[in-house]
Amino acid sequence: MFRAVFLAFVLVVCRPVFADTMLDVGYLHVEVPQPPTLSNLDPEPRNNGLAGAQTGLEDNLTTGKFLGQTYTLNEKSVAVGDDALAAAQALLATTPYLIVDAPADVLLRIADLPEAAGAILFNSAAGDIALRDADCRANMLHSVPSDAMRTDALAQVLVQKRWSDLVMITGTYAEDIAYADAMRTSLTKFGLRLSDEKTWDADADMRRTAAQEIPLFTQSFGDYDAMIIADELGDFGRYVLYNTWQARPIVGSEGLSARTWSPVIEQWGAAQLQSRFEEQHGRDMTGQDYAAWAAMRTLGEAVTRTNATDPKTLRDYILSDAFELAGFKGRPLTYRTWNGQLRQPIAIVHPRALVAQAPLEGFLHQVNELDTLGIDQPESTCEAYQ
Amino acid sequence: MTFATRTTLAACAIACMTVPASAGEIWITNEKDDTVSVIDTDTLEVIKTYETGERPRGITFSKDFSRVYICASDSDAVQVMDPNTGKILHDLPSGEDPEQFVLHPDDVHLYIANEDDAITTVVNTQTRKVVAQIDVGVEPEGMAVSPDGKIAITTSETTNMAHWIDTSTQELFANTLVDSRPRHAEFAKDGTQMWVSSEIGGTLTVFDTATQTEQAKISFEVQGVHPDRVQPVGFEFTEGDTHAFVALGPSNHVAVVNADTFEVEDYILVGRRVWHMAFNADKSQLFTTNGVSGDVTVIDVASRTAIKSIKVGRFPWGAAFRP
Repeated sequence: MFRAVFLAFVLVVCRPVFADTMLDVGYLHVEVPQPPTLSNLDPEPRNNGLAGAQTGLEDNLTTGKFLGQTYTLNEKSVAVGDDALAAAQALLATTPYLIVDAPADVLLRIADLPEAAGAILFNSAAGDIALRDADCRANMLHSVPSDAMRTDALAQVLVQKRWSDLVMITGTYAEDIAYADAMRTSLTKFGLRLSDEKTWDADADMRRTAAQEIPLFTQSFGDYDAMIIADELGDFGRYVLYNTWQARPIVGSEGLSARTWSPVIEQWGAAQLQSRFEEQHGRDMTGQDYAAWAAMRTLGEAVTRTNATDPKTLRDYILSDAFELAGFKGRPLTYRTWNGQLRQPIAIVHPRALVAQAPLEGFLHQVNELDTLGIDQPESTCEAYQ
Repeated sequence: MTFATRTTLAACAIACMTVPASAGEIWITNEKDDTVSVIDTDTLEVIKTYETGERPRGITFSKDFSRVYICASDSDAVQVMDPNTGKILHDLPSGEDPEQFVLHPDDVHLYIANEDDAITTVVNTQTRKVVAQIDVGVEPEGMAVSPDGKIAITTSETTNMAHWIDTSTQELFANTLVDSRPRHAEFAKDGTQMWVSSEIGGTLTVFDTATQTEQAKISFEVQGVHPDRVQPVGFEFTEGDTHAFVALGPSNHVAVVNADTFEVEDYILVGRRVWHMAFNADKSQLFTTNGVSGDVTVIDVASRTAIKSIKVGRFPWGAAFRP
């Protein structure tokens, strides 16, 4: 009751410091066909990502009410087979700010639309390294970490644990292959050895359940320090744990994982964000939710500090030294000015606890320790930001 | 800190303390142990441990020190304890998730930050009734009240503002932006200044109270620590407000800031993730809570050196003095 009474007074008494400012943000979700997996224990939430943007909207609105700044969020979802570009064009007709959950090829086609020139698109779902490299776009920022950031984070843990002799099992989906590629690069970068690899191919002659198949499947690896699983869609990986021929730790897509976000993060004030999210949506916050939240908050932070709503001012501010986002990861988050990637610590978790947070102590960098994760400026071939 | 260093510090603590501090206690809330530890300021040892509600954080005494108020965040209550017996006398209605609070100079009204609700709750400690709830920014935390009692401050971590509350009307009269993640606020210089720490921004902002405008901004630089890890949180002023001692979080240092020139004069190595602090009776010693290392560092204020670490409970958070 008190709350209602005082909310009323806040609206009446607290005159905005600035003139009224309104920022419209679009959220575009492009559905992709989901291949079958061996288990449906963890279905993807239907509002994965969007829910994070909505929580970010609430945060922005609360802050904005003291400054005379308001925000809206318009969502469009594109079913498999429907025209994603038309949906993007429709949203871009209403606002230059889009948070996009789409595969890399669709993202690029949206970014290259004439309507998107001068817009600010946030990639909140695609980890493809090329989007931060040769395929980068000046109108696209990445609030989701690249695959390379996550595999570098895990490689730092492997170095610290001295698990230097590794084997890997890779699934057959494109996401698995991309993850395995990123992992190989990370292992080389951090001086680790990949002594053997196998592909988990459901078409092979495997007549028993995955759990029964695994001991034999992993027997030929011989001895090693840790096993990497590249199973980004969550197909077979869960059956590898505790079924391997050798008793060794499992890392990668299963076991010890490098994540954008996880419900087990409670440090750095994260408990507050988790409980705010859970109260609003009735479920745990995922990495994709976090990336969409961070995109929304990036815009909110830029509007708060500049009181502007034009893309040029906001983009300049976001990429300036003055910008910093408090992202519940213990450090200020900033954007890499050479490819638009949001710098962020990466959580190393198992399902019950946070194990470490990369960058780990001792991994140094001449500019920012967070740049030990993912492709760095000297190796990036991104030209759109020059 | 190595064992050898600890031993040296302990030896120094005994040898260096030629002038005994006047008697008193420092009360420490242990966030993950649901207890308070009571430290004797003479012997520098934990003399009592009392149980509290869940996740105790903010702690403060009534003006006559006959009551201690404790924010039991996860119990959604402010608990009132008899400090002589450690008995919980009753709970105050506090709103959800009370994190930090400040007692008005009238000794009656508590201003409480409700972290999960974006609200500041004002409670009358005598009638045990909620007097007002004030909408503030996301994740309110830092709380302060001016010495004349006319202004209360709430800082909000995600909104990045200091909200100025007129205590005669319980209404906001100003909202001022600060750097990212403001954590703590204090009035200084007879209430003419209001200081706010920004954890992620890495700065302290000094406001002129009369105009609510920024008067100075203080940054920190700890040798060998990346600037991102230098995160100012709790701070307190020395006698006469000549200096501020500022906890710098995961950089494991406390900074000494000259409150006239706003220059940082010293950095003192303390325990891990230093949070909040309290002085002893004559302000000759400062006790800092070190969240990660689970201990309290005792700093000799005159020499600006850490003289002892005292093991307390898990994740010590708040600190308060009583004679």
